[in-house]
Amino acid sequence: MSKSLVLNAIRRGLRRGELPADQQTMLRGRLASHPRHLLPARSRLPHPEQINLFVRNVEKEFGSVARVADLSGVPAAVADYLTAHNLPSRLAMAPHPDLQAVPWNERPMLEIREGRAQATDAVAVTQAFAAIAETGTLMLPSAPERPTTLNLLADTAIVVLRASCLVGAYEEAWDKLRAEIGGMPRNVMLVTGPSRSADIEQTLELGAHGPRNLHVVLVED
Amino acid sequence: MHVATSPAFKENATKAIGNAGLQKALARSGPSFIARRAAAVAGLPEFEELRNTARDIKNHALANLDFYLEEYEANVVKAGGQVHWCTDADAARAAVLSICQRVGAKTVTKGKSMIGEEIAINHHLERHGITPVETDLGEYIIQLRDELPSHIIAPAFHLNMEDWEEAFRKHHTDLDPAREFLERRDILTEARTKLRSSFLAADVGITGANFLIAETGSSVIVTNEGNGDLTQTLPRVHIVLASIEKCVPTIEDCTSLLRVLARSATGQDFSVYTTFSTGVRRPGDLDGPEEYHVILIDNGRSAMIGTEFQEMLRCIRCAACMNHCPVYGAVGGHAYGWVYPGPMGSVLTPGLIGVDQAGHLPNASTFCGKCESVCPVKIPLPKLMRHWREREFERHLSPAAYRTNLGLWAWFARRPALYRLATRAAAASLGWFGRKKGKFASLPFAGGWTGGRDLPAPEGDTFFARYARAQREGTL
Repeated sequence: MSKSLVLNAIRRGLRRGELPADQQTMLRGRLASHPRHLLPARSRLPHPEQINLFVRNVEKEFGSVARVADLSGVPAAVADYLTAHNLPSRLAMAPHPDLQAVPWNERPMLEIREGRAQATDAVAVTQAFAAIAETGTLMLPSAPERPTTLNLLADTAIVVLRASCLVGAYEEAWDKLRAEIGGMPRNVMLVTGPSRSADIEQTLELGAHGPRNLHVVLVED
Repeated sequence: MHVATSPAFKENATKAIGNAGLQKALARSGPSFIARRAAAVAGLPEFEELRNTARDIKNHALANLDFYLEEYEANVVKAGGQVHWCTDADAARAAVLSICQRVGAKTVTKGKSMIGEEIAINHHLERHGITPVETDLGEYIIQLRDELPSHIIAPAFHLNMEDWEEAFRKHHTDLDPAREFLERRDILTEARTKLRSSFLAADVGITGANFLIAETGSSVIVTNEGNGDLTQTLPRVHIVLASIEKCVPTIEDCTSLLRVLARSATGQDFSVYTTFSTGVRRPGDLDGPEEYHVILIDNGRSAMIGTEFQEMLRCIRCAACMNHCPVYGAVGGHAYGWVYPGPMGSVLTPGLIGVDQAGHLPNASTFCGKCESVCPVKIPLPKLMRHWREREFERHLSPAAYRTNLGLWAWFARRPALYRLATRAAAASLGWFGRKKGKFASLPFAGGWTGGRDLPAPEGDTFFARYARAQREGTL
């Protein structure tokens, strides 16, 4: 009822009835092929330079990056970061195969609980599906092995990213998502730096409701 | 519920200019918005080209809006969600309330939503015994103070540190009186702690949407704090409030619009959290809502389609127009009297609450054109304000003296010889009377002008005469 009222009002405004079948077919074709528009030149770089651009952009947005050679370097990178910032060594970790493959037992001080985040968690570790050099953005789609709350509830968010998952522009990350995951996951977060607010006197303060710290461990696989 | 005070724009503006706190806030924050946007735009050489792309995407979406909305709904349903079509604010409020009542909601957290302000959803929920809690920092203090936002992306634009402290001391009754608020961080920490428990207790989370994507049935929110994400992730039920013109065809279309949105708004290259929500919690998921509802609201939009105001529906609510507006910069957002201030509000408000109510707003413009020059979707805002002035005139809503004088001017303007004679006589006599001081401190029938500043006395010939001479002499 309301639906037809709204649709008919739109069609009246457009001075036509329902779109003819051939035009609908054309628009469905546009949806299926989802053509790209202009991609800014800044990310049209060789991969090693895209990695550097990503790191620069994360740091510009008040995040930090540690670069390690392979997954075996992750525990030391995480432990060093926590020590340097005087943070607790108890972690809530995404049950992701990449993270489960990390030799955490090399750093027995790290206490790890797998699952979604709880309100009391101070540090969360998750895995990035992709990263976008253009603006230093992480793509974190929800999945059983990548709960959304880990991106949000803890004061410190640590994200493990394989360099091979890093692309130049957002469009390339969306194509990777379509190819590897298929349909749209329930939630896809594009995260650029730690949480912030400028609502008090239009002056930037970090750590509003989400993490105050965002640390990327970049695995150069 | 806030009754629109737009009919009292002139009185509101006078009060705003005399409001020391507001003037302090405007002087502090106005220039920084402009500088940040300029820096972000300078950092992306393709920005101008992307503005054209953004305009074209929205035009395409609007020209096929009925088709894309149906595709959108089909994809929401496929993802386990539901779309509630609402013709007006009443229907939208009823739809939200009925979901909240069905699930037995006691408290509801809210992400920032301008359409939520437009339909005054908070007051409606409160009247029915449900407590809404705004979680965006700016919206939170606006709710404590029972005000409307004064800016579409910075709701507390008009407030200073002392206002925050005052509101917290008044409303956070458990607050230790000895607690000091020396820095902005202290305010932020207090709000974060207070709101964290609301996030965890809420039964329903309500967010707005910057975009709806037909291809996937997704709603997109863009935030910096993370409050919108906590709002849509933690409660069992997620309700999205969105007006119909938010719908774009594909993820790629949305992505191109996102490239100009944050840069135009806060001057960031990208907002901290840009989140795409699609339906309900999937099998095996450890978090996320079990119900996903989209309240799809028309409330006057479809009536703008096919009119001279259709272009306004391209608006992506970045606030660049008000950030660059000399009128907004002088009087702030509350003077406009309703939900949407600044140039975009001056075009949208008459369309939503009537030009009889909001006729002053499109008149409160110097037509300097800055708004149009920074609009990421190239809405010709001055032209649209002029259309409202025409409608106001046609409907005999403008004041009698204004109409008489405009009629008088038009009579002369249609008789060029007489017009030149009259302006020459007026310029000469004014010039003669003002020859000593070179200006007038007061003039009969011109009190509106001379009340605030002097009128310079004309010197030499009229513009027409000079122009004609320059043309003759070839010096133009």
